Amino acid sequence: MNAVRSQDNGNARRAAWGRYKASLRYGTYVIFHPFDGFWDLIHEKRGSMAAAHTFLILFLLTYVLRLMLTNFQFVTAPLQYINIYEQAASFLFPFLILCLANWALSTLFDGKGHLRDIYMAMCYALLPYILIQLPLILLSHVISFDEASYYSVLASVSIIWCVLLVFVGLMEVHDYSPGKTLIFLVATVFGALVILFLILVFFSLLSDALGYFVSLYREIVFRLN
Amino acid sequence: MKRMLVFVMACCLCIMVTGPAVAAEDGFSSTYTYNYDYWGDIRESPDAYRVEDVIYSTTLNLETPMRKPQSLYVRDQDIYIADTGNNRILQVRKNGTDYTLVREIRTVQGATPESFDTPSDVCADAEGNIYVCDTNHNRVIMMDRDLHFVREYVKPEDSTFDQNLSFLPNKLVVDVSGRVFVLATNVNKGLVKYEADGTFTGFIGANPVTLSMWDYIWKSFFTTKEQRAQQASFVPTEYENIYMDDEGFIYATNTVFSEYDLLYDAAKPIRRLNGIGNDILIKNDRYPPIGDIQWVNDSAVEYGPSKLKDITVLDNDIYVAVDRTRGRIFGYDPQGIMLWAFGTKGNNAGAFLSAVSIEHMGHDLFCLDENEATVTVFTPTDYGNLIYKASDEYLKGDYDGSADTWRNVLKLNANYNLAFIGIGRALMRQESYKEAMDYFKMAHDRQNYGRAYRYYRKELVESNIGWIVAIVVAVLIIPLVIRRKKQMEEEVQEYERRQIAR
Repeated sequence: MNAVRSQDNGNARRAAWGRYKASLRYGTYVIFHPFDGFWDLIHEKRGSMAAAHTFLILFLLTYVLRLMLTNFQFVTAPLQYINIYEQAASFLFPFLILCLANWALSTLFDGKGHLRDIYMAMCYALLPYILIQLPLILLSHVISFDEASYYSVLASVSIIWCVLLVFVGLMEVHDYSPGKTLIFLVATVFGALVILFLILVFFSLLSDALGYFVSLYREIVFRLN
Repeated sequence: MKRMLVFVMACCLCIMVTGPAVAAEDGFSSTYTYNYDYWGDIRESPDAYRVEDVIYSTTLNLETPMRKPQSLYVRDQDIYIADTGNNRILQVRKNGTDYTLVREIRTVQGATPESFDTPSDVCADAEGNIYVCDTNHNRVIMMDRDLHFVREYVKPEDSTFDQNLSFLPNKLVVDVSGRVFVLATNVNKGLVKYEADGTFTGFIGANPVTLSMWDYIWKSFFTTKEQRAQQASFVPTEYENIYMDDEGFIYATNTVFSEYDLLYDAAKPIRRLNGIGNDILIKNDRYPPIGDIQWVNDSAVEYGPSKLKDITVLDNDIYVAVDRTRGRIFGYDPQGIMLWAFGTKGNNAGAFLSAVSIEHMGHDLFCLDENEATVTVFTPTDYGNLIYKASDEYLKGDYDGSADTWRNVLKLNANYNLAFIGIGRALMRQESYKEAMDYFKMAHDRQNYGRAYRYYRKELVESNIGWIVAIVVAVLIIPLVIRRKKQMEEEVQEYERRQIAR
């Protein structure tokens, strides 16, 4: 009985691992066939949240490694001042807030995507950056300053590719027209600013409220004494 | 006892020269002399210059002390001081380490009028002729060595010169053939240029008008005619001061600009003007020559960009500018790389209240302070001399010698970027590329690092060509062999299967 269950468990684990690997591999299909790819990613459940998280973590890793390990001829970051966690957070938080803002806005204007769909599509759209920038770190130690154009062309390709993927991804996730997607991209930025403002207001109110109770407590202690 | 006394005196001198008390108040740099590193941070540095002497009115035994002197000029051993407030020019001669007054020039024989009114600049040529910007008499006056009137340069009677403006010459330079270039107040078309015979031949080097897109849109579409009339029109700004180097190029400084322009090198506070008035200053550093890069200061009065009041160019094309905002002196090499910066505000020797003019005699610097009415004489220290020696040796083509000198500089100041670059270049010439790369990397010199790296990579490839070929062959051939082997095995199996089947 136990043996059967453990075998079932093993099979299930192996199947899950297989699905995860397939969804990772599906990333390479998405970046080359974005229109089909993003549609199937969401609607045919070809993608997985695990793979999305993996891509995001890999992206952050690449983002930081690029600053730390690229030859100084191409990337000169003041390493004595920068904090890698801060660097990673400076991408991660805007990224998450933008996902949230996009979801908040698109649900109001008949976007088809759920928050997890948007997040997944955005994470898959980061893949070209990882695939190009990681080898570029190695390349930077082989080429010289005169050949910097190769480096900069590839680096800009990686970013432009990502931006295009974000655009197509949002279009497919929400089933929007290109024009509407563009408008929502701009609106998303404003939405993110509003969210930031709300967060600031929330924390300042929270600290005021806490301050009130703290002073109340002090007053009582003072009177009792 | 005597030795003790000498020691105490040496200590006093050190304190006097470096002025630690002044530096501490400054809240900006903890040393008198400093430099900027690749990141634009202040790096303390040994002193490149020390105060050798301060020339006061009493040093020269003047009956009336100097009042608001505006300008200095050095020709051979003579220092000319335009003592503007007293309407006279002082000629001071350097004898060894003493400075003695040769003469006070108050009048010019044969000129009308003979006296000066607020002379703001003075110049002397190789024959001993003296030129004076006699500002409030609206003329530049030229006299011979015996102070006889030769000629005057007055308001150009030309349609290009606005005849309603009074001609107020403020600064001047004279080139080897006697052409006079005058920087006049209220004239924004550039420098007024006269031929040797006194004829006006036009303007050169107008400061180009800086106008942002937003300004243009705002002024053209959102203001009424009346408003526009009240606002200042878009005019080029005037230069602050000018200096002519040995090759006849005019160095000009400019203090009217916005801080925003400074960041993107649009302000160009230091310019080198060629014959047609274009800026040809070489800027090969990460930061353009703008004086201070960091403006942190406690007092709000001294915050802001450096305002370069005057500039002088040494014989080795190193140029030195003096800043009014914080009383600092900046030295730049011909490539536009800062060599050193020193100075501060204050009353001590080596500090300035309001530095207005700078000149040089050999490698010595003379700096005139308007409010203190003193001339401070700076002479290079061993460290300063080493820097000059290294760059001279490099210019002469003695690369190995210059590398040795740069090594000595590094012993005194391990933060000196230029020394790393200098050593790296010499190493590259000696074909030790790997070592050169290390030095260039220290100085963040990408171009030179890239160049050294190319040679190094070539060397590496050439010496390991056998291995590289072997690896490439292996990568190409081994899969082929494996595939062939598999194929053969399959064929054998197929054959065996057929054999069994039969």
